[in-house]
Amino acid sequence: MADPKDLSALMRVARQGDDEAYRRLLDCVSVWLRSIARRGLTAAGRGVEDSEDIVQETLLAMHLKRDTWDEAQPLEPWLRAIARHKLTDYLRRRGFRDHVNIDDYADSLEAKNNADPAISVDSQRLLAGLPGRQRLIVEEISLEGRRAADVAARLGMSEGAVRIALHRALKALAASYRRDRT
Amino acid sequence: MKTENLVEALIADRATGRKSIPRAIAGALGLGSLVSLGLFLVALGVRDDIVQALATWRFDLKIGVVLLALVLALSLCMALSRPVAAGRSGRRLLPLAALAILAVAIELSVLPSASWGTRLVGSNSLICLTAIPSLAIAPLTAVLVTLRSAAPASPVLAGAAAGLLAAAAGAALYAFHCFDDSPLFVVTWYVLAAIPVVILGAIAGHRLLRW
Repeated sequence: MADPKDLSALMRVARQGDDEAYRRLLDCVSVWLRSIARRGLTAAGRGVEDSEDIVQETLLAMHLKRDTWDEAQPLEPWLRAIARHKLTDYLRRRGFRDHVNIDDYADSLEAKNNADPAISVDSQRLLAGLPGRQRLIVEEISLEGRRAADVAARLGMSEGAVRIALHRALKALAASYRRDRT
Repeated sequence: MKTENLVEALIADRATGRKSIPRAIAGALGLGSLVSLGLFLVALGVRDDIVQALATWRFDLKIGVVLLALVLALSLCMALSRPVAAGRSGRRLLPLAALAILAVAIELSVLPSASWGTRLVGSNSLICLTAIPSLAIAPLTAVLVTLRSAAPASPVLAGAAAGLLAAAAGAALYAFHCFDDSPLFVVTWYVLAAIPVVILGAIAGHRLLRW
């Protein structure tokens, strides 16, 4: 399914503003991340119920840091480096200090679709900690599935202001993941 | 929140710098160095005998060493700003070490051993130890701010590389003020002056560059 060459192409097109390509890329990456998060948690001797927290934190990091991918390079090693960084970070915050080598079980981006995309507890809780308007905008777009332009009309803001608030909210969410130690 | 919901929010966020991080690092270095150049001209200034100095091999070699340090530290900092870990990135500094050793060897071979001590101690060591870190502050700040939009595999190493880069920029300016051109002085005091900047960069990296 996930030919690495395809992922690089998807990201290139997504960067030019193709939302459908970006959705397909994020879906592929979510499935792959879910499988490494589960195996990483198992390798660290922890239950897999937190895997969706890692998936979401890593997706957020990939999204916010997507400018650091060099288009001349394949996307796969970049994705793997970010996944490794976030998985290690997640486990370290929870007191697990051993080196985690995701290469042992993430040698291929191909992963089975091991379904039931669970709900992340962390994201719900951290989202609740955002300033009111930012939280509202994230909820309108993510949970209600509204377009930025519609949210803007509902809140009496310009679409640009909604997008700026959304971007700040995502950055704040990523920062609260880093501080989170529960 | 379900992951598919988060994905919707990510798709809606189109904010992207679309800027090349290496280019931004070079830009930040230039900007910070410009501030330090102003500070340098006000507080220190170019040495009076610059024209004669340019004709001596010791001064030219000193400038060559600091410029090589600047170029190599820049490439090291760019390499360490990436999420994909750069293996053995310290090797990038080997040409600098080789040039420094060569310069010291030449100096030791042309100077009588009785004058090694005076050349090593020089007359500006305290100014050197304060001027280089002072001139490094603006470039360090600018580079660290830029690195916050990067995703370094190791924030501590990236911060240390930023410190080295800033110290090299400070040294490149200071070299035009200082009368002590002996490689013995340069290798000793410039390195000692760079160490606190590298440590400061590493500490700042640990605090500011995590992602």
